Amino acid sequence: MIEFHAVSKRYPGGKEALRGVSFRLGHGEMAFLTGHSGAGKSTLLKLIACLERPTAGQVLVDGLNVGRLPRRRIPQLRRRIGVVFQDHRLLHDRTVFENVALPLHVAGHRGPEVGRRVRAALDQVGLLGKERAYPVTLSGGEQQRVGIARAVVNRPPLLLADEPTGNLDPELSREIMALFARFNQVGVTVLIATHDIALVEAMGRRRLVLREGRLVEGAAEAA
Amino acid sequence: MAARGERAAGAAPAARPRRLRPRAWLAEHRDAAAGSLRRLAREPLSSLMTLAVIGIALALPAGLHVLLANAQAVTGGWRGEARISLFLERGVDLARARALRRELAARPGVRAVELVTPEQALAEFRRLSGFGEALDALEENPLPATLVVTPAASDPQALAALAARLRALPEVEAAQLDLEWVRRLHAILALARRGVAVVAALLAAAVLLVVGNTIRLEIQNRREEIVVAKLIGATDGFIRRAFLYSGLWHGLLGAALAWLLVEGALALLAGPAARLAELYGSAWRLAGLGAGASLTLLAGGAALGLAGAWLAVARHLREIEPA
Repeated sequence: MIEFHAVSKRYPGGKEALRGVSFRLGHGEMAFLTGHSGAGKSTLLKLIACLERPTAGQVLVDGLNVGRLPRRRIPQLRRRIGVVFQDHRLLHDRTVFENVALPLHVAGHRGPEVGRRVRAALDQVGLLGKERAYPVTLSGGEQQRVGIARAVVNRPPLLLADEPTGNLDPELSREIMALFARFNQVGVTVLIATHDIALVEAMGRRRLVLREGRLVEGAAEAA
Repeated sequence: MAARGERAAGAAPAARPRRLRPRAWLAEHRDAAAGSLRRLAREPLSSLMTLAVIGIALALPAGLHVLLANAQAVTGGWRGEARISLFLERGVDLARARALRRELAARPGVRAVELVTPEQALAEFRRLSGFGEALDALEENPLPATLVVTPAASDPQALAALAARLRALPEVEAAQLDLEWVRRLHAILALARRGVAVVAALLAAAVLLVVGNTIRLEIQNRREEIVVAKLIGATDGFIRRAFLYSGLWHGLLGAALAWLLVEGALALLAGPAARLAELYGSAWRLAGLGAGASLTLLAGGAALGLAGAWLAVARHLREIEPA
């Protein structure tokens, strides 16, 4: 699903965020990306979603060379990747329903199909009753689950999450991770960046560890 | 993954490239148009203020255009009544003058000929000038017989040619064509038309900038939304569309407001204008914008709004990228 071949990323300021990173994440796999802050976790995720382009090396997503993707084809890529952010990135002037429906509208879906799929996604994250609420009226954990519903509503084959439990207490964090595991069970490839080592160990999944831009652990595929 | 993914609600196996079918395309445009309109209605006060600026800027050239069109209508009526006065030689007697009147009336290019005898001319002069007593002192009537020719043609060149032919008649001492004032009036109207065009061009530029700035602010205010939309796979076209429709609505609604302003102002002027026309014994009435000019106003407003939005979108939308 995801292949990195000797990928380096140097930001215009000269900071080298990734150095020669290579790994492969198979279809339907679930893995955690860990490392101290500034190790390059966010950069790695951004390269996958084509939010940044690699300075050197190749990033392949489902066989697609993301680094060379023409600008006008980026939307097609992003529709196939659900992204969950630490700060949710919900639109606060829209209801939960409208927030979750956004990826469908953007992809040109209309009519009753939208309502059905939004409710299915909200049901999966346990927020079916909150569709008319505005994000500010929800707790942090609920907002994060709305973010997850939005990421999966389009049924993307790949789900990325950047510190999805960063602001949540351990109990809620476990719930959120269990949710990701559930999506993985139905075939979604999941890659989660987090610094919550205890949680990662409790989950017992493949770990990719970054240190100062280098992949120091987990490059070899899990059996 | 695909086999498992399809069964459950979790994942779609592959993205089907969406070809834009006409109905889907229409639906997207309808949604974008309705969404922009709703956004406009959500902040009625600030929207109304922007629309008022656009409306006034468009009302000014539209109003001037209407006034000019009315002025042309009035002078058009006068031009049709251009007359050539033929002052006959003093030796020409009344019988010869009557014969000449019939002869001229039969000419092509002449609609009617009226004979004013020296006596009639004197009576009229006495009545209009107030020099009655002074005229009584005269021993004989100093006024010649006059033939007043109403030409069929109305354009200044044909009139001048006809006057020249009539002046060449042996019985005619002088031919006076009241044409200079027509020419001058036409020159003034041409100048006014050019002036209105210049004002219209300047105000059109103002509308362009007002809409451009409004859309620029809207783009800034919706920055977060644009970022999120791009993150979840919105095309540039999808995002652009919302703002272009916003510009279109601003222009169109501003033009509608301008139409109301112009028609309202004309309604206020119609009564006094009609009274003035009555005093001149004219059936002329102040004309409104009419269907053609109204459509031009609305279409022009919409086009300016769209163009203004395009300027803003082209400059500012590309700068906003998720990071």
